[in-house]
Amino acid sequence: MKTIITRGTYAAAEAVRLADVDVVAAYPITPQTECVEKIAEFIANGELNAEYIKAESEHSAISAIIGSSATGARSFTATSSQGLALMHEILYIASGLRLPIVLVNVNRALSAPINIWCDHQDSISERDTGFIQLYVEDNQEILDTIIQAFKIAEDKDVLLPVMVNLDGFILSHTYEPVVLPDEEDVKEYLGVYEPPHYSLNPDKPVTVGPVGVPKYYMEIRKQLNDAINNSVKIIKKVNKEYKKLFGREYGDGLIECYNLDNADTVLVAMGSVCGTVKHVINNLKKEGKDVGLVKVRCYRPFPKKEIKKALKDAENIAVLDKNVCFGFDMGSLGLDINATIKDKKICNYIVGLGGRDIKIEHIKEIINHVEKSKENTTKWIGLNKY
Amino acid sequence: MIEIRFHGRGGQGVVTAAQLLAEAAFFDGYYCQAFPFFGVERRGAPVMAFTRLDKEKILLRSQIYEPDYVVIIDASLLNTVNVLEGLKEDGAVIINTVKSKEELNLDCKNIYCIDATDIALKTLGVPIENTAMVGAFAGATKLVSLESVKKAILHRFPGKLGEKNVKAAELAYKTISGEE
Amino acid sequence: MKQPKYPREEYFGPGHRGCSGCGAAMVARMVLKVAGKDSIVVTPTGCLEVFSTPYPETAWRVPWIHVAFENAGAVASGIEAAIKALRRKRGMYKDRKINVIVIAGDGGTADIGFQSLSGAMERGHNILYIMYDNEAYMNTGVQRSSSTPLFASATTSPPGKYSKGEDRPKKDMPFIMAAHGIPYVATACISYPTDFMKKVKKALSIEGPKFIHVLQPCTVGWGFPANETIEIGRLAVETGVFPLFEIENGKLKITYKPPKRKPLKEYIKRQKRFRHLTDEDIEILQKYVDERCKMLGLD
Ligand SMILES: Cc1ncc(C[n+]2csc(CCOP(=O)(O)OP(=O)(O)O)c2C)c(N)n1
Ligand code: SF4
Ligand SMILES: [Mg+2]
Repeated sequence: MKTIITRGTYAAAEAVRLADVDVVAAYPITPQTECVEKIAEFIANGELNAEYIKAESEHSAISAIIGSSATGARSFTATSSQGLALMHEILYIASGLRLPIVLVNVNRALSAPINIWCDHQDSISERDTGFIQLYVEDNQEILDTIIQAFKIAEDKDVLLPVMVNLDGFILSHTYEPVVLPDEEDVKEYLGVYEPPHYSLNPDKPVTVGPVGVPKYYMEIRKQLNDAINNSVKIIKKVNKEYKKLFGREYGDGLIECYNLDNADTVLVAMGSVCGTVKHVINNLKKEGKDVGLVKVRCYRPFPKKEIKKALKDAENIAVLDKNVCFGFDMGSLGLDINATIKDKKICNYIVGLGGRDIKIEHIKEIINHVEKSKENTTKWIGLNKY
Repeated sequence: MIEIRFHGRGGQGVVTAAQLLAEAAFFDGYYCQAFPFFGVERRGAPVMAFTRLDKEKILLRSQIYEPDYVVIIDASLLNTVNVLEGLKEDGAVIINTVKSKEELNLDCKNIYCIDATDIALKTLGVPIENTAMVGAFAGATKLVSLESVKKAILHRFPGKLGEKNVKAAELAYKTISGEE
Repeated sequence: MKQPKYPREEYFGPGHRGCSGCGAAMVARMVLKVAGKDSIVVTPTGCLEVFSTPYPETAWRVPWIHVAFENAGAVASGIEAAIKALRRKRGMYKDRKINVIVIAGDGGTADIGFQSLSGAMERGHNILYIMYDNEAYMNTGVQRSSSTPLFASATTSPPGKYSKGEDRPKKDMPFIMAAHGIPYVATACISYPTDFMKKVKKALSIEGPKFIHVLQPCTVGWGFPANETIEIGRLAVETGVFPLFEIENGKLKITYKPPKRKPLKEYIKRQKRFRHLTDEDIEILQKYVDERCKMLGLD
């Protein structure tokens, strides 16, 4: 175990190295690129023994990874924004084929206008693809979550692809301490990859991706839905085990509750902004005011039960979204919280689109607004004043 | 928490300076965070980078708007960028210049002037002042030790290049602190 | 040699954010000098697109569109079809020729946009597709593309204990395009502006799909000082690394024959992306070049 000071993209690459991945396929896109550049360097120097497919597009990168995963290799890809959008068609196939792929998405806004900076529109747009979606707060959590992602994906009760989402630039390009577990410990924890029984292997021929005629299609989709719902248990279990072995945990693995006791006002958020919210909460506490945070780490499957419980005493709920559901005038997390919790005041705040910095004063503005608000509303925070 | 903002131009190693300072602080037992201003600018354009140090874990992720210190690697920016913006009243400026603080006449109580370009030319042979400025920061503020600055530099630039940069930092540290 | 006169008007304006000595900006400028005002330009994502259009500024004085990275061929197809439809149904552009021009990077052309390009060429759209080739993904920080030459260092093909840099030879785009049976294919280099602009002019006079592959040295990605762009491009041609030719209706014609081909080393030694190579490595590359020049009938 040693501590290094590194950026988010390198923390991700280190996790891939530690997980001893077999096949990587990727296509460059800012702000993800440094992650796969680092992996290429590991391979060129012999620090990681893996095949690296320099795909000619993201569509091909994820397709190649489906090929390698279906053949029984531990497989990884990373992308952002337009690249994730270009993968869209194939993402459903990764989950439909029940392949335990790990995909790192470095969150970035979608075109047009083209913008390389952070928001969550890219991954939120892939919400319903059947991927498990995890969102992280800092660089340590990037590393830990990617290692955990392989454990979750490969669990025989899950067998689903996992998307680990980290905020572009805000984490990917920020340099901070990260504890690197020992290679041997991670190897032992993840074990040598044992592919599922439906892998391509001439000794045991199987047909992967057959036609799902109407008589069977619905059952197969139901199984997928059940699998992602059931993964809740595994995600919690992995979080606990990881704490035992490596000393770190993230809430219950699904959500993290921060200062909820005595807090009438509770913010709900995902990703790196949770850090800024905690910072504000700590300062307000010093002034004698309690505000809480529910950090949603696992966005899909959506931890309804846990969230309901966490918010049961809250009076003012403020949901922060770095995405917009155009035509509904809300963000995606806002919609989900509204669908989960009845009879409470829930305001939704659209923040930080396309790299708009989220300042301390914005968080305070949100707290003030939700406390004064008489009804459920949606508000955009941090717009330019002309 | 201590917040530092670096100003310079693309190509001057501004981001590296912020990272070296973070790493040095880490060696001295601080939590740290360093990140660039996320722009699209290419070579020569004004750039910023940020460092945060704290004895507690750093949670805040916004840019730095009210720095405790401003480090200016390129004094020509004084005419184009409001480098003092938001600087705390008791904050300080560390600036690479041949001028004295009287000549600079900046609206700030605490100003440390250092001819880092001269130091860089003497030690490295090229006008790349970022490591000298990190040394100057350590000498002026004593927030991080010279030892840790050296260690961070050698970690980043192993070999000859690192040793030369260590000289630059050391010379700047001594010049600004008056210590031998 | 007689210098042909080109219009003084500039349709690619100065003040863009390209690196000093950027060859991609020169490509855009030269193309538009020849194509003129009645042109619509498509640029996929890449250096040229990013540095020429930082909102609210633009360097383009002709109509210009960026959609995404992988689809310039298809976007241009739509523009060309719209012009046809508007001409037929609304009487627009009656006696005017509107040039539909794609100016796209090697990645946007030979990799991610290849399918879209192939479709546009095969369908016979009346467009000129110009691939500005800086032999890597520059906009995202020098990752290899299929147009990166053998043994060049790029961030996704780094040299190391187990690697000599890029492990595959450069994809042969002009011949792949010629195999589509299109009327005009050419190679060019920004260091030979007259030759390049002549080819653009000729291409625009031909009905149907046209493809020009123009080499554009990149100071950042190749690693040479900003004032050497033109010289490096010239060396690429003089050493035979990048021969200048046309394929008109399937017939190959060399348009410039170096009087005496220079040794490859003179080109290689000037660029940081090749600095890890040994003399033996350069020998291997020299062999490749010699073989290709022989195949093309350059020697
Ligand atoms: C679908 C998608 N994948 C990746 C990217 C990221 N990207 C933008 S430009 C670029 C490279 C461009 O390379 P090239 O076409 O050779 O043009 P250059 O920048 O070298 O001029 C990449 C990988 C993107 N914008 N969209
Ligand atoms: S990186 Fe290369 S292609 Fe891109 S703007 Fe700079 S010189 Fe031009
Ligand atoms: Mg290119």
